[in-house]
Amino acid sequence: MAAPEPEAPTTARSRAKDHSPWNWLLFIPIVVPLIPAFFNADSPRIFGFPRFYWLQLAWILLGVGTTTLVYQMTKKRGER
Amino acid sequence: MWRDHLTEIIVFTVLFLLVSAMGFVAARWRAPRDMAHLDEWGLGGRSFGGWITWFLVGGDLYTAYTFVAVPALIFGAGAAGFFAVPYTIVIYPMVFLVLCRLWSVSHRHGFVTPADFVRSRFDSPILALLVAITGIVATMPYIALQLVGIEAVLKTMGVTGESALARHLPIIVAFAILAAYTYQSGLRAPALIAFVKDSLIYIVILVAVFYLPYKLGGWGSIFDAADAKFQASPAPGDGILLNANNQLQYVTLAFGSALALFLYPHSITGVLASRNRDVIKRNMSALPAYSLLLGLIALLGYMAIAAKVTPLAGTKEGSFDTNTIVPRLFDAQFPDWFAGVAYAAIGIGALVPAAIMSIAAANLFTRNIYKEYLKRDATPAQEANVSKIASLVVKVGAVACIVFLDPQFSIDLQLIGGVIILQTLPAVALGLYTRWFHRGALIAGWVAGMALGMWMLYQVGNPATGKKHFAGSAFPLSEFGFDTKKTIYVGIVAVLVNLVVAALLTLVLRAGKVADGVDGTTPNDYFADEGDPRLTPGPTRDADSAPEPVA
Repeated sequence: MAAPEPEAPTTARSRAKDHSPWNWLLFIPIVVPLIPAFFNADSPRIFGFPRFYWLQLAWILLGVGTTTLVYQMTKKRGER
Repeated sequence: MWRDHLTEIIVFTVLFLLVSAMGFVAARWRAPRDMAHLDEWGLGGRSFGGWITWFLVGGDLYTAYTFVAVPALIFGAGAAGFFAVPYTIVIYPMVFLVLCRLWSVSHRHGFVTPADFVRSRFDSPILALLVAITGIVATMPYIALQLVGIEAVLKTMGVTGESALARHLPIIVAFAILAAYTYQSGLRAPALIAFVKDSLIYIVILVAVFYLPYKLGGWGSIFDAADAKFQASPAPGDGILLNANNQLQYVTLAFGSALALFLYPHSITGVLASRNRDVIKRNMSALPAYSLLLGLIALLGYMAIAAKVTPLAGTKEGSFDTNTIVPRLFDAQFPDWFAGVAYAAIGIGALVPAAIMSIAAANLFTRNIYKEYLKRDATPAQEANVSKIASLVVKVGAVACIVFLDPQFSIDLQLIGGVIILQTLPAVALGLYTRWFHRGALIAGWVAGMALGMWMLYQVGNPATGKKHFAGSAFPLSEFGFDTKKTIYVGIVAVLVNLVVAALLTLVLRAGKVADGVDGTTPNDYFADEGDPRLTPGPTRDADSAPEPVA
């Protein structure tokens, strides 16, 4: 990240707002981990973990992946 | 006896003292030109970058109590305790954009607390006071619970005494040290200590998840041992999977807890201390690393079952203190010196959130009670001073709760805390997006949500422990007249009623043309970033007119 400039002349008005279609993706990691039908079972087991445990831990990757993607796609390029 | 645990005690004490020294040195870390300002003492100069924020907020949200209580829950009830994992997954995408807006508007107007924002947005001192009091009341038992975390460790090391005072002396000393360096260094102390605390926890857990399954015959047999235990137990709700009746509770509890977490004053303090919007967004992607940690820690509960560890006796005859299950597991399975490291991780882990929580509660008192009602023309230096003293009072209160009251009381209060902090959702979180709600309607919604939430919690009993009221947050739907055994999280129902009341009353008040005050913020404020000029919201707030120091 570039060093912050002293009192840049840009004001909030000149900035792009937060609206982006990419933001809708954020609903996926909010909704999917809250559906028990996906994970509430024992089989298949992975490394001895029942599905209930490994799949819910795997949702962490889903969350990280989605937020990273949205951050990268909505980042303002060229500015600062 | 404590003599059997001498190595553990020595390692624990050395690490604890090392961290305390760091806490005092922290005042000089990234030292400001003038510490006598609430922005410096209470928010670390609003200057923390990505890494510091990650350690600080991670150390703040995933508390020592969490690390002790979640495995204890899994040990006792099985799958239902695993809600902490989906809870800490859904939260980050949910607040990804919300917190950026809060950061921006706070940066622009110099807000330190969520109540500051509500005050300006809805032009309502009463609503702001309600938000502040809710925050303080919800935070206090949370601080006390951090002590429960330390106590579980001390108890396992055999550091106990006959009288109440002797039993609690180590905690009192630990909290006195904590209070002293928080007083001196403000938010910089927990930020610096968080590095040590989290590094220790990551090391301990990595070792635990590889070494313990190796000793206990692999993950498969750990889960099988847990399954066998729950099959044999008569309780209907336990098991390594959810059953038909507790799935709704599991999901609503995860979702409701996620909604509540970033309404807690201490989470907001951690977020407002970051340098810019980018830091927040990147942290929303990086913080789930702690969720993985939490998920693995939760499974320590099953390892304890497989290792046939038993919890220590509780305060009452015949009861068990399941919070000692993780320390007991470490004691039985690890060499003494490493168990000492693990205990230090939990003990120090309690200090970081306790410090941030006391700072957050102190900021609420200073900004929204002291400055609003006692001394309107307080200077920034006076604000910082009041906040420092308030943080001491808060900690003394927390220690008193543990020493003089049954710890169960703090646990009950914490349960209530999650439900009541949710009632600030319409004003704080929705307020960041819309000013459609009428301030009077928000107050009425808060009252309705609080009343219903309290009543529902009062109704929840637990036949197994003989507790009639406040025994949990799983409310049986049959109480509402539904013919089912399903349960639901109290907080969700209460906040829905809160929203409905606020919405209906808004329509009524708007139709009646009741005065609605002036919005002190503009739409652009919600997108301001580092380097954008800051505003002076009013003539009394000269504190915020100073140009932002360029870091």
